Amino acid sequence: MSARRPYVRSMAGWWRRDPFFVRYMAREATAVLVVAYAVIQLVGLVRLGQGQAAWEGWLQALRHPLSVALHLVLLAVFLYHTWSWFRIMPKTMPMILPDGKRLSPTLITGTGLAAAAVLCIALIVASMKVAS
Amino acid sequence: MKRSNAPIFWSMFGAGGMLSALFGPALVFITGIAVPMAILVPPDLMSYAHAHAFAQHWFGKACLFAFVSLFLWHGVHRIFHSLHDIGLHTGILAKLCCYGGALAGTLVAGWALLSIGF
Repeated sequence: MSARRPYVRSMAGWWRRDPFFVRYMAREATAVLVVAYAVIQLVGLVRLGQGQAAWEGWLQALRHPLSVALHLVLLAVFLYHTWSWFRIMPKTMPMILPDGKRLSPTLITGTGLAAAAVLCIALIVASMKVAS
Repeated sequence: MKRSNAPIFWSMFGAGGMLSALFGPALVFITGIAVPMAILVPPDLMSYAHAHAFAQHWFGKACLFAFVSLFLWHGVHRIFHSLHDIGLHTGILAKLCCYGGALAGTLVAGWALLSIGF
């Protein structure tokens, strides 16, 4: 066994060293809550298939203060996901060169955020207009 | 040369990420806040009759299936690729758990929607 003990720099907390990495980790962490929301909705789908009593039990669970608190957190995280998704879109989308020039990153991000705002508002307005 | 399966996972990650970025905040607000707290939206927006009719309609079915399954594929792909960043250098087992979980969720969603009927 070798007596050499080379210094290996610890990787613990590497992402806290730079705000860029903090934003990267925050963006990646949204995935956990996207999965959580999908699982809540998946349970709802299963309950819907089991009939009216099961569905109303699921709705009742959503009315619990802890559920509402969780959804407020989910809302904040989804808004951050939307923002970060379109922030990195200039790097993740295939490069297109209209008029031989790259699109400006601000234009790509702005278009995405505007589309999300329009669609979200449209969805909420549409749900307000569903006949009782 | 063996073809990579990465583009399939990547495209489902991208589709789920795009759908959740475009509609996610409104969906969370409607289903998790507005309906349970009875603010802004009609009180029976997600009543059994409404939800069942929506899930029976082909368009509602397609939306529900796409949203639930693609959100899952989006999330597990990101989680799988972040494991390395938090110091978990896992291999095939983590991949099976992540993508297997999304596949299981997709199958359950499909089965639930089929059991609701047309």
